[in-house]
Amino acid sequence: MGQVEGEAQPQRRRWAPWLFLLPVAAIVYPPLYDRVSPTIAGVPFFVWYQLVVVVFGGVVTGVVYLLRGGERAA
Amino acid sequence: MIVAAIETTQAIVIGIAFAAITVIGLSAGRWRKADLHDLDEWALGGRQFGGVLTWFLQGGSVYTTYSFVAVPALVFGAGAIGFFALPYLVITYLVAFLVVPRLWQLAHDRGYVTPADFVRDRFQSRTLAAAVTLTGIVATMPYVALQVYGIEICMAQIGLPVQASLWTAFALLAVITYLSGLRSATLIAVVKDVLIWVTVIVAVIYVPLHLGGYHHAFSQVPASKLLLPHRLDGDYVTLAIGSGLALFLYPHTLTGALASKSRFVVQRNSIFLPVYTVMLGLLAILGYLAVAAGVHPSAHYGNNAAVPALLDKVFPPWFAGFGLASIAIGALVPAAMMAIAAANLFARNVWRELRPETSPRTQTQVSKIAALFVKFGAVGFVLAVPTTYVVNFQLAAGVWILQTLPAIFLGLLWRRLPARAVLAGWVVGTAYGTYLLVRVGFDSSSASFGLGSHHTELFMGIPALAANLLVACGVMLVLRLRGKESLQAIATS
Repeated sequence: MGQVEGEAQPQRRRWAPWLFLLPVAAIVYPPLYDRVSPTIAGVPFFVWYQLVVVVFGGVVTGVVYLLRGGERAA
Repeated sequence: MIVAAIETTQAIVIGIAFAAITVIGLSAGRWRKADLHDLDEWALGGRQFGGVLTWFLQGGSVYTTYSFVAVPALVFGAGAIGFFALPYLVITYLVAFLVVPRLWQLAHDRGYVTPADFVRDRFQSRTLAAAVTLTGIVATMPYVALQVYGIEICMAQIGLPVQASLWTAFALLAVITYLSGLRSATLIAVVKDVLIWVTVIVAVIYVPLHLGGYHHAFSQVPASKLLLPHRLDGDYVTLAIGSGLALFLYPHTLTGALASKSRFVVQRNSIFLPVYTVMLGLLAILGYLAVAAGVHPSAHYGNNAAVPALLDKVFPPWFAGFGLASIAIGALVPAAMMAIAAANLFARNVWRELRPETSPRTQTQVSKIAALFVKFGAVGFVLAVPTTYVVNFQLAAGVWILQTLPAIFLGLLWRRLPARAVLAGWVVGTAYGTYLLVRVGFDSSSASFGLGSHHTELFMGIPALAANLLVACGVMLVLRLRGKESLQAIATS
């Protein structure tokens, strides 16, 4: 929606934030993971799957940060 | 009020915990010593926190009574829908990574303290800034009240006199934040985290053992609570997206971000904040364990007392007291941050707007005093109003704060967005959202929406935001067409 304003300097790998679509896609449609089995130690799939996605989301954030060059991206 | 015997051991443990945080909070004023008459120092801790402290502070503003009490209560009472808090935080960190650092940079360069400061400067519109200020204060108040309510549940579980203990807790908090500002919230946030983590980890190991293992515990939970009914799919996702987009629109979460020393600290934080989300997931599981343990929460507090009642039922008194103290202190940190943030909105965007000659020193004084009003106002509200409304108003706040998204986030990302379009969108979105809330008597933040014969439950904030954006885009197009016409008129004349 509309253009995103440019940074003061050209930024490295501007496509990197699109990776955020991965964790979002993983949770945006509940019927995909709304199941009890397979359970882990009795914990339903519905619960542990989402916990895994949360951790994965953190990993993706870290990857995007590094791909954009961390602090050098200023 | 409920009448219960005071659990002496629990009362002693929570007393020690509150005494400890009082000492820590008061000494926080001397930590990284600076002139606390300066608003940047009092309200933002000098904008100097590195990664670790920002992590604790942001955790303190994001994870509140809502996470510790309301989410497990939802799992306990309604089941799987309560887990929406997990996808919600996935969305939150995306916002924290992509949008908040830009706001940090502008705030740093141009000296903003509140989101309304940004809106005032970006759109050069006092009216729009006033709208954002009003929404920020109105949405934060019930959030503070929810924290008070969380503390009340813990005190009641112990059997302490609710009124007296709440006023005592908030009098302590008021003195601490008045004197030490955000520094105290930061240090107490560290203590809070240690206490909460110990409680949660011990609970998710000990409680299932007590109940005969996870397998056995989960087999005690009715199957209908383990899965999300299909009619709630839309509700689940819109709650997650709506709350995720809304979280960093609240003034107090921005306070936590602005207190950090660089925008990279904010970015790196959103990599590590999911650690807290895992904790939140474990807490939500405690809601199921409370079902398995056959907990009967007090009639007065209902499902919201599920986790406190579980701690009380399963653990020896000293550890139950430890757990209840950690939940209570876990509510104090966000309460302090919210009070500071709402007070800043008042000092900078109401007081200073009306009296532009106010000196920075006076502004800080106004903010300190306003923070006292916020805290005691919240305690008075919780004690005066029937408790079910406390949680419901907090849900309403989520619908309202989401209507400031175009002003704050889109204003940040989209340069050509005009103030009048955003203002029109805000009016329509807020009116429509309020209408939806009134229609159900503020009893829920979800309603059934239909398209043809297909009906689905949705979180009201999302349709209201859609109306908001549609109107904003419509007004923008009209303004642009009119702009072209007048340009042509100039060219032809």
